[in-house]
Amino acid sequence: MTVPDTLLTMRGLAIEGRSERGTTQIVTGIDLNLKRGEVLGLIGESGAGKSTLGLAAMGYTRDGCRITAGSIVFDGIELTTAGDEARRRLRGSRIAYVAQSAAAAFNPAMRLIDQSVEIAVQHGVMNNAEAAAAAIALYRRMQLPSPEEIGFRYPHQVSGGQLQRAMTAMAMVARPDLIVFDEPTTALDVTTQIEVLAAIRDAVEAIGTSAIYISHDLALVAQMADRIMVLRHGRLVEEADTRTMMASPRQAYTKSLWAVRTFRGSRKPEMAAGTTPLLRVERLTAAYDETPVLQDVSLDLHRGRTVAVVGESGSGKSTLARVITGLLPPRQGSVAFEGKTLAGSYRGRSPEELRRVQMIVQMPDTALNPRQRVRDAIGRPLKFYLGLTGEARERRMRELLTEIELDPDQYVDRYPAELSGGQKQRVCIARALAAEPALLICDEITSALDQLVAEEMLKLLDRLQRERGLTYLFITHDLATVRAIADEVVVMKDGRIVEAGPRDRMFAPPHHPYTDLLLSSVPEMDPDWLDRLLDQRKAQAPS
Amino acid sequence: MADLATALRSAPPSAWFGISVSALYVFVALGAPVVAPFGETQVVGPAFAPWGGASPLGTDNLGRDMATRLIYGARNTVGIAVVTTVLAFLIGGGIGLISGTVRGWVDQVLGRIVDVMMAIPSLIFSLLLLAIFGTSVVSMITIIALIEATRIFRLARALALGIAVLDYVEAAKLRGEGLIWLITREILPNATAPLIAEFGLRFCFVFLFISALSFLGLGIQPPTADWGSMVRDNAALISYGDITPLLPAGAIALLTVAVNFVVDWLLHRSSGLKD
Amino acid sequence: MSPLASMIVKRIGLGFVTLAVVSAVVFFAVYLLPGDLAEEILGQAATPETVANIRRELGLDRPPIERYVDWITGLLSGDFGRSLANGRPIAELAGMRLVNTLYLAGFAAAVSIPLSLTLGIVAALYREKLIDRSINVAALTAISLPEFFIAYILIFALTVKAGWLPSLATVSADTPLGERMFRSILPVLTLTLAVAAHVMRLTRAAIVNLLASPYIEMARLKGLKPWRVILRHALPNALAPIINVVVLNLAYLIVGVVVVEVVFAYPGLGQLMVDSVGKRDVPVVQATCLFFASTYIMLNLVADVATIAADPRLLHRR
Repeated sequence: MTVPDTLLTMRGLAIEGRSERGTTQIVTGIDLNLKRGEVLGLIGESGAGKSTLGLAAMGYTRDGCRITAGSIVFDGIELTTAGDEARRRLRGSRIAYVAQSAAAAFNPAMRLIDQSVEIAVQHGVMNNAEAAAAAIALYRRMQLPSPEEIGFRYPHQVSGGQLQRAMTAMAMVARPDLIVFDEPTTALDVTTQIEVLAAIRDAVEAIGTSAIYISHDLALVAQMADRIMVLRHGRLVEEADTRTMMASPRQAYTKSLWAVRTFRGSRKPEMAAGTTPLLRVERLTAAYDETPVLQDVSLDLHRGRTVAVVGESGSGKSTLARVITGLLPPRQGSVAFEGKTLAGSYRGRSPEELRRVQMIVQMPDTALNPRQRVRDAIGRPLKFYLGLTGEARERRMRELLTEIELDPDQYVDRYPAELSGGQKQRVCIARALAAEPALLICDEITSALDQLVAEEMLKLLDRLQRERGLTYLFITHDLATVRAIADEVVVMKDGRIVEAGPRDRMFAPPHHPYTDLLLSSVPEMDPDWLDRLLDQRKAQAPS
Repeated sequence: MADLATALRSAPPSAWFGISVSALYVFVALGAPVVAPFGETQVVGPAFAPWGGASPLGTDNLGRDMATRLIYGARNTVGIAVVTTVLAFLIGGGIGLISGTVRGWVDQVLGRIVDVMMAIPSLIFSLLLLAIFGTSVVSMITIIALIEATRIFRLARALALGIAVLDYVEAAKLRGEGLIWLITREILPNATAPLIAEFGLRFCFVFLFISALSFLGLGIQPPTADWGSMVRDNAALISYGDITPLLPAGAIALLTVAVNFVVDWLLHRSSGLKD
Repeated sequence: MSPLASMIVKRIGLGFVTLAVVSAVVFFAVYLLPGDLAEEILGQAATPETVANIRRELGLDRPPIERYVDWITGLLSGDFGRSLANGRPIAELAGMRLVNTLYLAGFAAAVSIPLSLTLGIVAALYREKLIDRSINVAALTAISLPEFFIAYILIFALTVKAGWLPSLATVSADTPLGERMFRSILPVLTLTLAVAAHVMRLTRAAIVNLLASPYIEMARLKGLKPWRVILRHALPNALAPIINVVVLNLAYLIVGVVVVEVVFAYPGLGQLMVDSVGKRDVPVVQATCLFFASTYIMLNLVADVATIAADPRLLHRR
């Protein structure tokens, strides 16, 4: 049944997860074929079961998970019935794994080289010296700086992008037949991601190994994989050659993965000159203890418009939100609302001032008190700010829920645990709207959501802005989101503003070099994008 | 309520054992005057009478009925331990939650005081204070409650610190809510599971602590029936191969085992399926 | 100075500050009593004359600060003051007992710590298996038993019924070492049972906590043998919490020592302290209390320094 050049086959695989709340089906009826030397992309949103499937290829299930049906055959060995010992022998030596966060997956108490040689030495493939030589050769291939010495460092002494490359090298030392890459660049910034992506692809090609490449980002997978499987809720949605899928996706779900990239918010009329800005931030400087995180940041927000602050991690964009709300008092500079300077700390602001500026944060899971019903979460600001009680409060609460497109009858008495991520984020928006604010600060509010849900959220915010004349300060690392909704764009790096201006001007050349780097690093829905970009950068690089 | 029922149904045998035994102790403690055959301090026969007859477990060193003293011991020893633990929780838990929520210099000062108090092993510290204040039940309860409160302070403060930085508490702060709202509505409801487990754990410590002091003759004083001092008063019987003095000691051990089993189950549940 | 060295120096400095503050607490605790300690101690028997005597003995007639300075300088030169009960120098009362207590606690630690660490690692290695569950139930039971209960059960079984061991651990300065060890088997066994269970449980917990971390999953996915995953990948990272656990539990050892000395009539400091509390011999209690507290503080200090030195993130800076 299996053709000779097939390395891995799965037939009707089903995996079940058990928890206090009962059992859930994580993977259902998956068939998978992987040829020698082939790179297979697994794509899906959170909860699609792609990581579980990747680990199953190693005959491994996480605690609480169980294979309930189907078979996994690796090079003629049936993994579901092979013993623990037989599976252990395969892991590392013949099937290797590259984890999402190398910073967490490297043992903090061991040098990189000791961890790199471990697989080969413990499986008896090589002796220490051979393995060390192989590891150093791979460090070099992965373009790590000073490959001879870097192995003698501890993980905390090496940057995230370098660690991810070192982890790929570690996986390759024993020359495995198959490598499972589990979202290897997700934890990295967009500009770092490119280099790691290129290095991984180069190394996989050079040693001719098979690979399973797992990601939530279709554009990324398209650069790496020969063939792509789209998963949703543990089931296969669509499977095709990369080029075929990118050119003509068949299923509606696959097409929806383009959603946020194609959405465009409503156009607003040009700003009238000379009006007082709703919010004026002047020369802000802030620090956590001794570490400066914001330096000399100034910006204006005008009524009814959306300003997007974009930057990578560590750029200070979230700190800016914390300073504006007063959670982190600034060292220098001021925040003025409607021409009136606000106190540095939220403790010094009046309830009225607090009411007018509301914030929505990234993680809807921690934004709602798990012990309060939707009713309590939305009802409290109504009572606290507007003094609404009884019938009036009940009516307003229902209006708000209707406005954020949740059925009041169904949702008003639910606890956060009984809501999905997108629904929780909607409740957070309703809680903010309950205060009847003028300014909404949205801190990465779509980052933890899946593409479709994120697009709905952006549409909702766009409609609310039109209806209520709200002003948004939109903080994000995602340029697609910026393109979709921003009127003005502010680019930040290392706590400073690099460039600022209207959206159309920012997305058209010429750019500031950093803006250019940022823009060009965003993966595009084109299998040749990475090649083109690398060629382009090589051409531009001063020789 | 439905949650509780499901939780109980899935509880392991050890937890069931713990719950049943604890319930039995509470029942005996509450019903002591009805259940016990004699009065707490009533002399019913010669000293060290053997088992059988009117006194099924014999008599103690003063001729009081052993079974009766054991039953009243449940009321006294367990009762005093519960009072002490509750007191320690009110002091340590309350101050700890406030300290972890407001931070700043209040937290710094309280933290330093607790550090110093915790640098002295608790039994040793309590012996020093008992020497100064004299051995009485009131001073013992106060001293142990204060010492244990430092441990609870640590936990409550850590819990509050952890919860106070979560987004929903920050949202409440930004709304302008006061300290009382923050603690009672936002933080405390989300800290109950670990605090309940800690209560069980602390009760065991306090209970063993009081028993040890009473055994040393420095805790609950005669003629109150108390398990620790009953062991001490009748210990001589051991050398004659009589296990009677082991009974009150066993009563202490059984309850502690029972509570520990329940706590272990609660902790295991709240930690999810980590292992 | 390297950052590591300066952290260690700071920690040692903090240890001595704690010691100084604790000595002050021990000394000034006397002044917490509302009213007069001398009258309180004498109770019914108080006459103006005896009260004045006790007040002079305790130094309550002099300014507290001056007394404290005298007390500390005395301690540093080996003069611990005099007992209120019999007027003998405390150094003379406590000297031999101090050695006895250190011997007993050291013996118990030497047995219980290796034992409990081994059991903790074994339980973590076979977690949720029968051997782990058995060790756990046994340990949970052991920590629930009062020390005196363990002691009397051991006496009942090993002395009264089997007749193997002496029930009293009476030793004196000229008891030969072999005889001394034989007599202290029961106390050491009692202490071991009391302390080992705590250390074992927390060792297991420290390791099991780490087993959920991504680098342990990585080690498993590298196909390493289970014992290598535990010993090479989990244990080094669990070292800091384990060191802390061990030292923290030496506090149980101290509590245990006091009770065990009373049960077995072992002539140690704990027994002296309990006797003195009963007699309200405050100077003796203060001296013994300070001894136990400083031992504990010193052990904590050693543990903290060891923890700092064992952390690769501090040892190898960026």
